[in-house]
Amino acid sequence: MKAGEFLIIGGGPAGLMAALAASEFGVESLIIDENQAPGGQLVKQTHMFFGSKAERAGTRGFEIGLELQQELSTRGIKIETQASAVGYYPDGTVAVMQNERVWPLKPRAILVATGASENFVSFPGSDLPGVYGAGAVQTLMNVYGIRPGNQVLMVGSGNIGLIVSYQLMQAGVSVKAVIEGLPKIGGYLVHASKIARAGVPILTRHTILEASGKDQVERAVIARIDENWQPVSGSQSILEVDTVCLAVGLSPLTEILWQAGCQMYHVPELGGQVAWHDELMMTSVPGIFTAGDVTGIEEASTAMLEGELAGLGAAKYLKGESKELQCRIDDTACRLASLRAGPFGQKAREGKCKLAECRR
Amino acid sequence: MLSDKLTSTGVADQSDLGQAWPSEDRLKQGPVVVVECYQEIPCNPCETSCPRQAIVVGENINDLPKVDHAKCNGCTLCVARCPGLAIVVVNAAYSQTESTVTIPYEFLPLPEQGSAVEGIDRQGRVCCQARVVRVLNTKAQGKTPLVTLAVPKGKEREVRFLRTAG
Ligand code: SF4
Ligand code: SF4
Repeated sequence: MKAGEFLIIGGGPAGLMAALAASEFGVESLIIDENQAPGGQLVKQTHMFFGSKAERAGTRGFEIGLELQQELSTRGIKIETQASAVGYYPDGTVAVMQNERVWPLKPRAILVATGASENFVSFPGSDLPGVYGAGAVQTLMNVYGIRPGNQVLMVGSGNIGLIVSYQLMQAGVSVKAVIEGLPKIGGYLVHASKIARAGVPILTRHTILEASGKDQVERAVIARIDENWQPVSGSQSILEVDTVCLAVGLSPLTEILWQAGCQMYHVPELGGQVAWHDELMMTSVPGIFTAGDVTGIEEASTAMLEGELAGLGAAKYLKGESKELQCRIDDTACRLASLRAGPFGQKAREGKCKLAECRR
Repeated sequence: MLSDKLTSTGVADQSDLGQAWPSEDRLKQGPVVVVECYQEIPCNPCETSCPRQAIVVGENINDLPKVDHAKCNGCTLCVARCPGLAIVVVNAAYSQTESTVTIPYEFLPLPEQGSAVEGIDRQGRVCCQARVVRVLNTKAQGKTPLVTLAVPKGKEREVRFLRTAG
């Protein structure tokens, strides 16, 4: 395995776009990804993407992943799969493990695009088989073609909860309800309307009290909650389900950034601890870039643009400035800002502002 | 303003629908688009897919789609391109007794042309019997088939989904 000048850790939407953007300016990249196939979350996104044409809106996520890989291979950019970055050393060496062998790689620049992991909530019975994270359910269904269960309770009405509910129904699984603690649906209402008309009730201000069953989930108890998030007595109902699917948010996977000594800050709007970064996605450690969900939980379309910016940033860092490069940077930054301009981008906008302030 | 019903259940209210519904005059002239997209999200394939510029999102991709029903000829091109599956085409001038609704339908099995199905409303309730007039599933639609349903006059306002028998 050879590092090249730019090592990209994580072959999801951000990492793939970064490699493509960097290669436009002659930067040689190597992408490593711990999964069997690159693409990150794109692999299991069977729905059409939002955004504009430049972000491939209207194309299904997994097809975007395949298109990007095609472009990478046309440009001769290498992707090493089932390869994990297991450590960062003070001299800039990244230890990459693949097939039980560790490769010490010493690139001139690094992009940490490791994504996020799913949050979990605890309740009585949450350790029973049949309680899944929404990401796991999506992987089972859309990557391996396995139905996780037959009757599902979905916890969480963000875009992931809504989209996975829809995909479960497409796979012939009955979704009994989507519950949400807040008074309003968290994700796009167009996604909510899709599952509402297919007959799934979306219950806001509801929570799960427990899951129970002999060897696995057989039922779940839900209840309405009041303004103080306390269950309203008498509002309990029992749902006959064999699966409880949790879609309660994501947290950035930041281990490598910590090891590299990047300045980290806790920004709730971005999903937890994230690394400070400049406009070109470079962290406080020169040459280490970061992009995608690991810098703040957002959509795949924003991750792609952040990745693109990081790739251009790496090109600037490694090859120096040029007029052409600056043009590309301005254009990408502008498209990213316009994606975040609406109400759904508010959290990310505020979070990124706070993050920028942190180091002043 | 989005209705509380829409933001808490995903089901649009009359007050939401009012903005999307074409004029009676336009409805009389035949097939026309109904864009049920009420929330500002970063999205514009409806605009880029319409050959007649009947839908405009504009510079700010988060703006709501603005529809000029007079420019729309009901071609249904935008229906399969909308990632929110928020667009239908209605033909209130289909016949004396029936109207048609063309909906995106991403479930298997696809209903057969000529078959009887249940017309389902925005809340998932059966609201009438419907007849499948046409099923369109071309490569350009990118795996979002379009199903045109004939429904009793008036029901084109309500039917947004279908259920096959059994
Ligand atoms: S139905 Fe055809 S003409 Fe009407 S808005 Fe859609 S694409 Fe445009
Ligand atoms: S493509 Fe659909 S979801 Fe997107 S803005 Fe247009 S109508 Fe709304």
